[in-house]
This record gives sequence, structure tokens and C-alpha cells, in this order.
Amino acid sequence: MNTEEARERLGQPVCDEIDSWVAKFPAGQSRSASIAALRAVQHVGGGYLSVESMDAVAAYLGLEPIAVYEVASFYSMLETSPVGRHSVSVCTNISCMLCGGEDILLHIERKLNIKVGESTSDKRIFLKREEECLAACVQAPMMMVDHVYYTNLTPEKVDQILDNLE
Amino acid sequence: MELNQVCYETLRFDEPWTLANYRKIGGYQVWERILRERPDPASIVDEVKKSGLRGRGGAGFPTGVKWSFMPKSDPSPYKHLVCNSDESEPGTCKDRDILRFNPHALVEGMAIACYAMRSELGYNYLRGEFMDEPYGRFDQALKEAYNEGLLGKNIRRSGVNVDLHAVLGAGAYICGEETGLLESLEGKKGMPRFKPPFPAQYGVWGRPTTVNNTETLASVPTILHKGSEWFMKLGKDEKNGGTKIFSVSGHVNKPGNYEVSLGVPFTELFELAGGMRFGKKLKAVIPGGSSVPVLPAAQILAATMDYDGIQKVGSMLGSGAVIVMDEDTCMVKVLERLSRFYYAESCGQCTPCREGTGWLYRAVSRIEHGRGRMEDLDKLVDLSHHIEGHTICALGDAASMPVWSFIKHFRDEFEYHVREHRCLVGPGAVRGELAA
Repeated sequence: MNTEEARERLGQPVCDEIDSWVAKFPAGQSRSASIAALRAVQHVGGGYLSVESMDAVAAYLGLEPIAVYEVASFYSMLETSPVGRHSVSVCTNISCMLCGGEDILLHIERKLNIKVGESTSDKRIFLKREEECLAACVQAPMMMVDHVYYTNLTPEKVDQILDNLE
Repeated sequence: MELNQVCYETLRFDEPWTLANYRKIGGYQVWERILRERPDPASIVDEVKKSGLRGRGGAGFPTGVKWSFMPKSDPSPYKHLVCNSDESEPGTCKDRDILRFNPHALVEGMAIACYAMRSELGYNYLRGEFMDEPYGRFDQALKEAYNEGLLGKNIRRSGVNVDLHAVLGAGAYICGEETGLLESLEGKKGMPRFKPPFPAQYGVWGRPTTVNNTETLASVPTILHKGSEWFMKLGKDEKNGGTKIFSVSGHVNKPGNYEVSLGVPFTELFELAGGMRFGKKLKAVIPGGSSVPVLPAAQILAATMDYDGIQKVGSMLGSGAVIVMDEDTCMVKVLERLSRFYYAESCGQCTPCREGTGWLYRAVSRIEHGRGRMEDLDKLVDLSHHIEGHTICALGDAASMPVWSFIKHFRDEFEYHVREHRCLVGPGAVRGELAA
């Protein structure tokens, strides 16, 4: 894939966004934009990165495909297989665990009838495997839904948030 | 006790993040004076040294000393300041509130730090999960600073150039380690680098780089505005100067971020956080983020909240994340959760950490689920000491310290799990056996 083919594959809006990130870095350091580029592609690509889309990012930034694959598989916010439309991450690390984070997760698993790491059969919700503390510990328990933090959760509050997802 | 005198000073306003409100507390006056008077950068480094400011991310290294490691050559865009806003240490959420509620203090602090280290290009690396509110607020503050002519080339015809950018990670605890962060900033996997060379010689893109924590940099404008001595005297002494934000979480009535003087007794901080929930008894506290040794109630209740005070009772101040646990907390279960975290977040390049964190997790998990063996306890301690100090970065140490400290202080609970295949505390515990 050459740069022009990559541009066509990615679409102009994504290319513009990638360019805006490349511009933040010194000349010749466009590899630094790889994480931002993958995030932009994931946002328009149904919430995950296909091999073709990663190849296009590599071609657009002038990188070997492996340099992009290894980034995509290293970071927890990048998905390399199809997932549901809305990404839900429930923190169960120490501060949230002490305040009932595990009960919140269990409530969601039962409500959606899926296990953590799975998506609902209608592809509406992806319940992400969340190992990490999301740095909202003084408002525990919390979860992140499509980049937005919801804090001081109760089962009722969770129901309301999830039921409003299209 | 006076709260919020440094990083959280704007919290008294309704919209604490605005430029107008930051101006009300004297914001950008220091930076504008620097642009007018062009002081010797070394004099700023000296002021910061005198203030006693130490790295607030966890390591506690004196900030001014760190700044002095940068090459003293002419100002250039080939030396870098990097702010570490990757805040991911479990229990820690202070930097998120600086980014959300006082982003201009960080912008000004970064500009001053660039000038002091003769760097013309700085980056703030925020964890990917911060992309909505914290990144939005910080990026907006950057735009406002550019619009006000406070950043850019030849700022206000001073001849000073400082460009700052915000970038985002994509979810990896290891990127909070400074060289892992630099790799990530280069668009790679966040695998920490072997040191030396240290970042001040060979940092991002091979150029001299200094990495400072968000709270550290956001403290700088107020320190220079009100004076290094004023700041130092807010704290306990030269080595424990100034204020610190403590994220108090867990079983307290009023969890929150409290910016207080270093050296306050734990009991006062505990009182600010409303004491124990549901009238329970305090059992244990992890005083500085999940990676530092846990302390039983008696020890933490006698401690003061500063670097030396916490060290004296056998732990570390770390990131200032104070995780409070009540009498019903099962320490085996907590350790299992923490061990799973380090196992999941190990980047995998050093064998002791990659393999060791998995062994730790599986052994603790076995004990938690009633399949433990008595000899596992000594093995766990032995194994943790074999990881500690034998890895490129501190994640190995971070995974080890909870293990040996939990077993050291709460061995009876671990033994009970092994012997009785159930918890000594909480639901499912057999009451009364604790006394026996």
C-alpha cells in the first residue's frame, strides 16, 4: 500500500486528524503519532482495528506494519478484534473494590447476560476486561463508558446509564 | 489546617479551570516577569531547589536537582520537558483534578520549567483514559495561553521560545514509568529503557529530556510567586517542604483529594476524610499508592504524612494515595487483586517480573480460594525478594512490596486461609476466632 492508497483507505477526516498529531512532533518523528492515528481509525472503524486499517496507518505514517501491530496489541484501549458499539470499563482495582466495584461488575454481567471481555449479542455493549485503576479513586465505584467517566455508582445509576446507550 | 494553597487554589471558584480565575490568584505573573526580565535560568533552578520541592509522582527526587542535570547549552528545541500525566498508580487521582480544575497552573509550570532548563519544546503525556474531560480542559488551557501570547515563538518579543503540546497514551500502567513513557511518546510499546543513560542525557528521540509529574510542575508557579521559603515552611522541614495532595480512598466517610502541608499527622488527614465508614475500626492503610508497603492501623495512626514520617514507620509516601481499609477487609483478597494488576501490567521484557508476577498472582490466588499450602507463604516472600531490585524498572519492586508487607503484617490471616480454607474476616468469617 502506498501513501495515496492509504489515504483513500483511511478517508480524509482521519488523515486530517492524523496530520494534526504529526504536526505536534518534530520533523521526521511521525511515528510518535501512531497511537493517536490508531485511536482515530478505531473511532471510525466500529471500535476496533482490522489488519487492513493497521496496514493503512503504517503506510500513511511510513512505518513497517509490525511497528503498528505491536502498538495496537500492547495498549489496552486499542482493540484488534470486533467488539460491541459501546465500550464499558468497570474499575475493580483496590479503591473501587473496597467500595463495591466488583458488585457493580457482577450486576452488569447479570443484566447484560455476558461475562467481562464479551459483547452483547446485539453488539450494543462491549464489557471490557479492565485491569487498570482509572484514577477516580475518591469517587469509587466508577466506570468509563466510551471515554466518559461515571462515578459514585449504584446499581440503579448503572441501569440508567446502560439503558440509555443506543 | 489550611487546605488547597498550591495546586488546588482555584478550587474556591465556581469554574476553577478558567483563565480569568487563574489570573485572580496571580496566575501567569511569574511567567510574565520571566519574559520581561529574562533572569538567569540557573537562578530559577536554585529557587526550586531551595523550596524543598520533591517529585510528587512517587519517587520524591528533589525537583531542582533533577532540573540541574540537563545540559546548560543554549536554549533549543532539541531539549525537552515532558510532564507525566499518566496517573495510573492504583488509589491515585490527584493529577486528574489538577488537569480538570487548574490546568493553567500546569501550563505555566511547564513554561517556567522549559525556561529553567533551556528547553523550547515540552509535552504533556496524559493517560489515554483522560481523553474526555482532563485532556479537554488542558488542551483548552493551552489554546488560551497561545491566544494570550504566553506561548510560541519569540513570546512578547522577549526572544524566548516555548511550545507546549498535549498527547495521549492508550492504556498501559507501565507508561507511568518515565522511560516507558518516553517510548510511548515515540509511538512505541511502553517498555522501560535500561538506565544509564538517564533521560537528561538520552531522552525522547535521543535528546536530553526531563520528566516531571503533574503535581510537581503545577506547584512551580505558586512557589516562585510566593517564594521558595514560603513554600518550604508550609511543610515540615527542608526535606519535607511544601504541600502534598493526598487522595484518600476506601472505607472513609469523605473520600477526596486533600492538599495539605507535608508533615500533618495521619490522624488529622483521617479526620478531614471523615473517619471510618459505618463506625467500623481501622485495620490497615496503604499510604502511598498500591505499590508501597501496607501499614497496620497502629503504625499509621502514629505517623506524620511526609517522606521521612512514613519511612519511619516502614513504608513510603509514594504518590500520596492513601487507601484506607476497615476491620472487615480480607487482606488475602486485597493482595490477590493487587497481584493480578501487576501481573497484567508487567510489560514482559524482564524475566523476574514477567514470570515472577504471574507466580505471585497464582500463589496468592490459590491461598485466597482455599487451595493454599503453608509453605507458599515463605515462598511468596522469598520470590518477591528475588524480583525486587532485579528488573529494569520499578514495576518489579512495586509488585513485590505489597506481597511481603501483607504477609509480614497479616500473616495470621494468610495462615487461617490455608488452614481453614476460608476468610478470617468479612462475610463468611467465623466470628470470635480472631480472639482465640
